[in-house]
This record gives sequence, structure tokens and C-alpha cells, in this order.
Amino acid sequence: MSEVTIKNDEVDIVIGAIQSDLTSFMEAWRPFFSNFHLIVVKDPELKEELKIPGGFNLHVYTKSDIDRVVGSSAGSISFSGYACRYFGYLVSRKKYIISVDDDCVPAKNSSGELIDPVSQHIINLSTPATPFFFNTLYDPYCEGADFVRGYPFSLRTGVECGLSCGLWLNLADFDAPTQALKPTLKNTRYVDAVLTVPARSMLPVSGINIAFNAELVGPALTPAFRLAKEGNLRWETVEDIWTGMCVKVICDHLRLGVKSGIPYVWRQERGNAIESLKKEWEGVKLMEDVVPFFQSLRLSETSVTAEDCVVEIAAAVKERLGSVNPKFVSAAATMVEWMKLWKRVRGQ
Amino acid sequence: MSTKPASKVVAPLKDELDIVIPTIRNLDFLEMWRPFFEQYHLIIVQDGDPSKTIRVPEGFDYELYNRNDINRILGPKASCISFKDSACRCFGFLVSKKKYIFTIDDDCFVAKDPSGQDINALAQHIHNLLTPATPFFFNTLYDPYREGADFVRGYPFSLREGAPTAVSHGLWLNIPDYDAPTQLVKPRERNTRYVDAVLTIPKGTLFPMCGMNLAFNRELIGAAMYFGLMGDGQPIGRYDDMWAGWCTKVITDHLGLGVKTGLPYIWHSKASNPFVNLKKEYNGIYWQEEIIPFFQSAVLPKECTTVQKSYIELSKLVKEKLGPIDPYFQKLADAMVTWIEAWDELNSAAVAPVADAAKKDASSSSKK
Repeated sequence: MSEVTIKNDEVDIVIGAIQSDLTSFMEAWRPFFSNFHLIVVKDPELKEELKIPGGFNLHVYTKSDIDRVVGSSAGSISFSGYACRYFGYLVSRKKYIISVDDDCVPAKNSSGELIDPVSQHIINLSTPATPFFFNTLYDPYCEGADFVRGYPFSLRTGVECGLSCGLWLNLADFDAPTQALKPTLKNTRYVDAVLTVPARSMLPVSGINIAFNAELVGPALTPAFRLAKEGNLRWETVEDIWTGMCVKVICDHLRLGVKSGIPYVWRQERGNAIESLKKEWEGVKLMEDVVPFFQSLRLSETSVTAEDCVVEIAAAVKERLGSVNPKFVSAAATMVEWMKLWKRVRGQ
Repeated sequence: MSTKPASKVVAPLKDELDIVIPTIRNLDFLEMWRPFFEQYHLIIVQDGDPSKTIRVPEGFDYELYNRNDINRILGPKASCISFKDSACRCFGFLVSKKKYIFTIDDDCFVAKDPSGQDINALAQHIHNLLTPATPFFFNTLYDPYREGADFVRGYPFSLREGAPTAVSHGLWLNIPDYDAPTQLVKPRERNTRYVDAVLTIPKGTLFPMCGMNLAFNRELIGAAMYFGLMGDGQPIGRYDDMWAGWCTKVITDHLGLGVKTGLPYIWHSKASNPFVNLKKEYNGIYWQEEIIPFFQSAVLPKECTTVQKSYIELSKLVKEKLGPIDPYFQKLADAMVTWIEAWDELNSAAVAPVADAAKKDASSSSKK
């Protein structure tokens, strides 16, 4: 397969700073981040000053920047907590955006080598995806693999990849009930594959280690769905799950691919699953109501861009889920606000 | 499922599973599998010249069927079983009396995992079949029922019971299962990547099912595992397992069953001749461009509540929609019906003694 050349100036690495001291995080990532431009967005709720070591090409955005850019027009959009990274997506001008949570460091593969998630995400995003037929040898475009016997030839050119979902060693992205039930369960299994999640299959998209083609799907990642007692632990949020379902529907509709698998990051232990479970459980149950909605959602032929799709999904959410819970009404409203904001900020 | 050392192997489901092996040469490969297969019953389907004697290593409990046996047991219905093609293996599925089938090719050997341990492929298949599948929502950590894994955050709780697993599709190290054009372009490519995952192929998605290293729940899906008309006298070859896989997936999706793929790996030792393969696959390469959209859009009515009913319905759709492509598909559709008739005949309780009598007559049946 032809080699993938990453043009460094096509990439932004967007980090949402939920913790103020990013020294050890940035040092750990230095070998892989130092060639790229970074956008660090400080959680507006964070009081302490950010500590970031030197030697990086980066922009830091804080609450005052957010207020200045967003103004009072987008009242329903909150950028606190994990949502702060969406501000980074808004102000980025690059084709590829990669985000990693600030409690993750580089992982090692099964040969003991440190994994560069930036390169792997770029490879995932810049090689075709194959959503219409499953290849049993996984990614057919990687070295040493190909399409297997029986794979239709007309489907071998694939489609563009919009989203690349990476994985996590050590503290996996389990929900609070699962981790509380199995406190010693750590992910130690390195699965050396990336694959395209088939069209019309839904998946839980985790924001912990993610990358996307901003030109294709940028506006589809929206900070729309917040839980009432959402906190600074992934166990207490579902914002990425909501966003991920929207993005998958949009990718399926626009005939783009979503890949899942490598790269892995190493996720450090933080927080307590049982405490999170006590704090926020009702909200997590809300997600059960949305699954049939997303699985059956079909967008109209007139929605030809990611923006069109977001607007259409927002309307469908309001109409079909609005009566189930007011959270969905505000999610729909936020998506519409986000589209206006996106057009205003990025339209320039 | 951890691998067990070769010296002492526990044999799960040993009275509920048959190992079906199609062959025309010899079965020396069984020596390597002995620690893992010895306690199981084998059904050997001898293709090609029935007057040849197939040597089975000592100590295996098996029944063997050659073409004469197939003709005798099925009578006129034998026309649905391919000749001079490994598709004949499905005769073994037909006559088995067990709940589970594992089928393997005679050029597939025991592989090693990255730690150097021999892989007990059969045990892994059994684990895959005995744990639920998750076809309705994709789990990013793959099979959540494996040790060390679980459902990830965001996976709907209402879907965590999963669905019964009907099929376990294993993979191959060394010679990968490529088609002829790919083999011609990449004759030296070998699969060296051990992907430590089992995953469910989502509902609504088709895949190329390879029959080299395959296991299934015969009670749940056996009647759909017909490997079509291939080989001698047919315009197509090397699409037998593909055909069975597409029919099977449409039916498992319809009935709410799951199909898993991934582990276990076997070591595939023989690369078949790509020029011979190209001739066999030639029509298939063109036809599959129409066959795939056909299967992708096939809808089975809700009255099809069993595999047999679903399969008969599928055969009607094949005749109607694919028939116009080539008369072969009309013959194939008829053969699909014949297959179901044979399945029902051999698998109803009243007929069991007849099948046993046939077994005793078989030229080289041997007991441990």
C-alpha cells in the first residue's frame, strides 16, 4: 500500500485542559506532539493557572477567549468540563483534528514500542474506509493485508474516512456501573487492528482518543448533550456518546467511513467509579431512549453537507425525543445554536 | 479463552460436536491436531474418485462418506451435493446428528499465538459459540464476553444480553484467503498479523465467509449451510462458502442470531494454484457484483420463522432476481430447495435409524 505522508501543517491537536498542571502530560507526549500545532483550551470552570512546559507550538485559549469569540449569542452552549475542547474545534483551521484526554499518555504496543497515535490517526483518516462490506482481515489498506476472497471488487476503492476512534489500555472506557462491579478490570489486551464500523451500525464513540477530518465532518461534533450533574470524569458524562451517534448517522448518510481500533493510548487512573455512580445515574439511563431513534434515523437527500445533517438531526430530535425528556429539547436547541456559531466563526 | 497445553486437553462438548473434513488426499494433517481432536467424532467427506482409499490416522473415531455413499443416501437428491469441490463438505453437515459442527480444511494446521503456545482452535470456536453475540450495536472493545473485556461506556444496557451465536468464523495465519487476482499480484504475501480479537459482525452487514476454519450451531443455522453447486459440471468454483455465508448472514440477521469472526487462527499451509483459481472464480467475480446487492436488499417476511422457511423463501428470491443473470442461478435455486428437502428428510426423528444403517455399510467406518 502506498505510504501516507503527513503534512504537519494539516493537523491540529486539540487538548481540553480539565486539569491545570499539564506538565507531565505534555512531557509524556513531547516526542509525538512537538512537530504539530496544538490548541489547548482551558476548562472555563478551572480556577488555577495552566502550567504548560515550553518547546511546543501552541495556542492557549481560556474563558476570556471563549467569551470574546462566542459572545452572548450562543447562550445555550456551555464549554465547561469536557466540552471545552469543542471551542478548539471551532477555532481550528486545519484539515485533521486529533484530541486526547489530559489523563492519557502514550501506550506501548505488544512489541514494547511506544505508540504514536498522531500518525496512526492520520493513517486511518487518510486511507479509505470500507463501510459497505465487512473485510475479515480488517483494514485491507495496511501493510501485509488486503481484501479477502469474496469481497466485491466494486467496493474495493472504499470511501473517505470521517472519524477515527482510538482505544485505551489500562483504564478502559467502561461505564461507572461496570467499573464499580469489576474494580480491578483493566484493559491489557492490545488488538493490532483498525476496522471500518459498517454502515448503519451504531457504536459508542469515546472522546478520550479521537480524530476526525474537520473538512468533512467538523460541524457534526457538537457539545450538545449535557447531563445535569455532569462532572470532570468520563463516568459522569455522555456528551461524546451523543455526539458520536450523530456523527455516525451523518457519516452513513454522506457515505463516509468511521474507523475503530488502533491507536491505543494509556489511560491513567483517576476518580472513583462508585462515587461517580452515586452522583450521576439518571442521566446515563436517558441514553437507552435514544438508541432506537438513532438506529432508525434516516436523513433526507437534500442534506448534502455535515451542516445540513446537523440541522436536520436537531429537528428530528426535537420532534421525536422532545416529549421524552427536556434534556433532548435543549440538546436540539444547542445543536442549532452551534451550527450558527460555527458558520459565524468559521465562515470568515 | 486461554489455550491449554497439548499434553492434557479438556474436551468441551465432545458428545455434542462433529468435526467435518472434506478431503481428496490424505488426512495426515490430523496428526498435528490429535491432542485437540482425538476425543471428538469426525465426519469425513471424501470428494473425487470413490475407489481411492483415504488413510485416516489411527485412533480417531470417524465416519467416512464417498460419492457412492452420498448417492446411495440421498438418491436423486444427491444432485445438490457438489462433486470435485470442497463444497461437498455440506453433506457432512446434513448427516451429522450433533448440535455443533466444526469444519476445517485438510491443509490447515495448528497455529501458534504470539507467546508461542499452540492454539486450540476448536476450544476457541466453542467459547465463541457458547457466549452471546452482539449484532445490534458495535462494541469498540470487541467481544465483551471474553475474559478481560466488557461492554464500553455508552453501550445500551438493554442490548447487553446479546443474541445467540450461530456462527464462529475463524481466520488464517500464513497463506491468507485471497482471491485469484490478489494471489497473482501478491504471490508472496503472508498473513503474519495476529489480531487478538473476536467480534460480532453487525446486523445488516455481509461478509465473505471462508469455510476453512468454521464452526456453527447446527440446530440454530445448519439448514442454511448449503455450499451450493460448484466444481464438476458447474460454471463456478471457490464461491461455495461465500454463497453459504451470504445466505446464512441474511437469515441470522432475520432471526436475530449472531455471527462472530476473528479468533481462532489456524495455520494455512497450502496456496492453491492462482491460475486454476482464476478459471474457477472467473464468473463469480462478475456475478458477485449483482449477487451482493441482491443479498443486501433481500427481505424475508416475518412468516419465515424457521431457517428452512427462510431458506426456501431465499431460493425463490434467487430464482426471481438472479435467474435472469444466468441459468446457473435457476439450477442453484432448485438445488437450494432440494437441500432443504434432504435436510428435513434426514433430520426428522423417524429417519435417524436409516442414516445409522448407512453408516455401518460405509466402506471404511471405524470406531475407537
